[in-house]
Amino acid sequence: MNNMYISPDYEVIRNMSRCITCRVCERQCANEVHSFDPDGNVMISDESKCVNCKRCVSLCPTHALKIVKNEDTLRENANWQDATIKEIYKQANSGGVLLSSMGNPKPLPVYWDKILINASQVTNPPIDPLREPMETRVFLGKKPDHIERDENGKIKTDLAPQLELSVPIMFSAMSYGSISYNAHKSLATAAKELGIYYNTGEGGLHEDFYVYGENTIVQVASGRFGVHEDYLNAGAAIEIKMGQGAKPGIGGHLPGAKIVGDVSKTRMIPEGSDAISPAPHHDIYSIEDLRQLVFSLKEASQYKKPVIVKVAAVHNIAAIASGIARSGADIIAIDGFRGGTGAAPTRIRDNVGIPIELALASVDQRLREEGIRNNVSLVVGGSIRSAADVVKAIALGADACYIATAAVLALGCHLCRTCQTGKCNWGIATQRPELVKRLNPEIGSQRLVNLITAWKHEIKELMGGMGINSIEALRGNRLMLRGVGLTGKELEILGISHAGE
Amino acid sequence: MKRVFVKEEWCLGCHLCEYNCAYANSGLSSMVKALQGKPIFPRIHVNGNDSVTFAVSCRHCTDPLCVKSCISGALHRENGVVCIDKNKCVGCLTCMLVCPYGALVQDETGTVTKCELCTKNSCGTPACVAGCPNNAIVFEERCEE
Amino acid sequence: MKKEGQIRIPSGCAISAMISKEGTRMSGEKIIESMIPMHDRSNGLGGGFAAYGIYPKFKDLYAFHIFFDDKVAKEECEKFLKDRFEVVLSEVIPIHKIPEITDVPLIYRYFVAPLQSVLARLQIDENEYVARNVMTINTHLDGTYVFSCGKNMGTFKAVGFPEDVGRFYKLDEYEGYAWTAHGRYPTNTPGWWGGAHPFALLDYSVVHNGEISSYDANSRVVEMYGYKCNLQTDTEVITYIADYLLRKQGVTLEEMASIVSAPFWSTIEKKSPKEAEQLSYLRKVYSGMLITGPFSIILGFTGGIMALNDRLKLRSMVVGEKDDKVYIASEEAAIRVMEPEAQNIWSPRGGEPVIVKVKEGVLT
Repeated sequence: MNNMYISPDYEVIRNMSRCITCRVCERQCANEVHSFDPDGNVMISDESKCVNCKRCVSLCPTHALKIVKNEDTLRENANWQDATIKEIYKQANSGGVLLSSMGNPKPLPVYWDKILINASQVTNPPIDPLREPMETRVFLGKKPDHIERDENGKIKTDLAPQLELSVPIMFSAMSYGSISYNAHKSLATAAKELGIYYNTGEGGLHEDFYVYGENTIVQVASGRFGVHEDYLNAGAAIEIKMGQGAKPGIGGHLPGAKIVGDVSKTRMIPEGSDAISPAPHHDIYSIEDLRQLVFSLKEASQYKKPVIVKVAAVHNIAAIASGIARSGADIIAIDGFRGGTGAAPTRIRDNVGIPIELALASVDQRLREEGIRNNVSLVVGGSIRSAADVVKAIALGADACYIATAAVLALGCHLCRTCQTGKCNWGIATQRPELVKRLNPEIGSQRLVNLITAWKHEIKELMGGMGINSIEALRGNRLMLRGVGLTGKELEILGISHAGE
Repeated sequence: MKRVFVKEEWCLGCHLCEYNCAYANSGLSSMVKALQGKPIFPRIHVNGNDSVTFAVSCRHCTDPLCVKSCISGALHRENGVVCIDKNKCVGCLTCMLVCPYGALVQDETGTVTKCELCTKNSCGTPACVAGCPNNAIVFEERCEE
Repeated sequence: MKKEGQIRIPSGCAISAMISKEGTRMSGEKIIESMIPMHDRSNGLGGGFAAYGIYPKFKDLYAFHIFFDDKVAKEECEKFLKDRFEVVLSEVIPIHKIPEITDVPLIYRYFVAPLQSVLARLQIDENEYVARNVMTINTHLDGTYVFSCGKNMGTFKAVGFPEDVGRFYKLDEYEGYAWTAHGRYPTNTPGWWGGAHPFALLDYSVVHNGEISSYDANSRVVEMYGYKCNLQTDTEVITYIADYLLRKQGVTLEEMASIVSAPFWSTIEKKSPKEAEQLSYLRKVYSGMLITGPFSIILGFTGGIMALNDRLKLRSMVVGEKDDKVYIASEEAAIRVMEPEAQNIWSPRGGEPVIVKVKEGVLT
């Protein structure tokens, strides 16, 4: 058999007693799963094309649709599971590297879920955020070791450039190209309204979005796409992307099909050419090279912008972070192995890197032991899923969190993990105009604002419960955390006690 | 007065507005019961081609040609909303001929039907607006032209 | 059961203080009495006092007050001290044996001066030298605990009610220009003398009532600067913050108050631009030293005291005056005992420091 038939992953269940053949499903499916059969006057479906993005389910006015897991299974085998075998068939069919999107879906431990938060009882009072002030403002950037005074004894207040956040959450890097114009516009307007930042990713900054510069972090990655002097000076901070949690150790590849129109112009590469970011920065083969790039970027931006260095959480992350903290960078961003992506080789996504919880705990501890924690702020990402995750991250030692998957979920993403096809039915990970328009940025930005506002309320509630009324008193406050079901080694790395201790 | 406006920039051409309209004016409690297996006569219609789509419904003109041309007095204005008294309509379709927007249609009874901004059904506010997934149809006050 | 330092034990408390702005030396009698009406704020598991100006004859020497579990510990520690300090005088701290205070360790004091040769080799000042050595003794020498190490001042503490602790140490026989006192209500019964308060480092002493919610955020910050939070108590970490900010960073008392009890951002924004700039700079730079949760503290130092509440004022603290004397306590009743005629009794607002200093030139 030349091409092994692989049964579809999903089954489209249409409740015929509800279907009114309005054909909304057909019109909304870019994968062309649904069609109308005029002979039988019924809707029919080709489930082999279905990616389970739920666009049809969401828009069906009579809720007649359901997408379920295909029950057609191979003989049960704990070692050779269905997905594993199908991947082998796919590779035997194609001879290619398997591609996936979004974060690692494997059942590896989620440490956030094994950490519990404290609350005040009797010996000190919980604080009600509806009645008492509760502060979530954060400043990211280098803090000095010593104060200096002028001739009148007043403290000199010139500080290295800082990012001010109303709440310790930022939208992390997603490039224009990997996501749509409307997705970017939603992020930019929401960041502005919320008093936080979004990140351009490695795709340059569309000229329409320069007006959001005060709330923009511009990224410089290994392909240097879209990087020029005005770009570097357009944002509030510059991020050097060394790595990404979803695919540590490899670069990026935006297919030529997506390099159209404004995307090509913004990236400063010809239309239709593949945008390939190399695995390393070819001017950074070591830590001293990083220092040179940090200072080149500072020179280019007159030392007015903090420089962020983003790395993937890998085995030796504490030592790497220590090196970065001495490189002149102002902020270190660490991306855990569950971080999302628009496209990554499946094997890399699912097998490379370490959990952000452990990376964060060991980096924070290491920087403190070396006495250089104030040199840098720490931002963590790679599957921050809720306000509770944010609180736990801050208590472990982070200054702020990066979210991207949660942000695209708010925009409508249903985590079908097929961004690489460019046929996103929700108008997010696509450049096809008829799909892009499905994301109205007015709605998108409002939903993002709602999400972060809701999280902010929850963060305040959790802080109030602990008797903490300002976020800086939570930062690194590991006594507020307890582990459940963790080994002694895991607790040691996280620097927390077990529940009941 | 608040009117229904369309933003073609955000119209997906999904036609949900048509079905929501037909259901809202069916008087029935279930969309399935109201619309399954039947031709529908919505008072809003999605027009367009491959690159642009938009929904069209009555503009509720301040000086409506349809009302002027109605030979039976079925079309009239109530608080600015152009309404039709189906009991009076004789189905001459003159209104359809004169409406510059093509906003009136003939339904299965042979009489004319048109958007009344959901003032005559149980919705209260336009169902097409409430059901639009992309805010491409809005109900708002704008400067009178 | 784990003792102080192996586990964090929250506690409620009573505090009190008195100071003479003229530098007049007062016996410890009044401050002991002030703790009696606040008896119920303690539970007999810790009491203590700090006194300033009590060793005028040795004012240039560091006075180490040390608990020893036994003779072996004492000998080991004395050997450690001899290698690093010139020990001018060593003596037993005089006590009254009373039935209320039991399980008494060996309690000694040593008046010492750092060995100049060692100082010169290490290129550090003598305060830093003393602080580091005390930290080493308390971390590494088993059965030895230095609980006071300032010049011309001393702390006295024990397991018991504070009024009994005062009598035990014969504090009515000491004379100081400033006194602070502490009665403890820990939620655990470790019964360890070192865990009683005040907590002191060099001439900084802290008495504290409250349970801070920022504890680990603060302790992990100060540990970065070489302090070792051996006791895991609020008082200890607050003392280290005071030492770091005042001695090592050179901030003023007012600036320290605006760091540990920082004004809210909304308050800062209402200040004049110049003041707002200073306040927001301090908040940004020393963000890890913001203390949240309920506390009232009295910080003692050479030449004065500072009283401070948390930013929400979640613990009681009142201040009263009479002539050149200022009195501070958890309850007004305590002030009335020290000075029945006290005037201007008031409650400082949350985050508002009350700083009282002895007149310049009085203490030489």
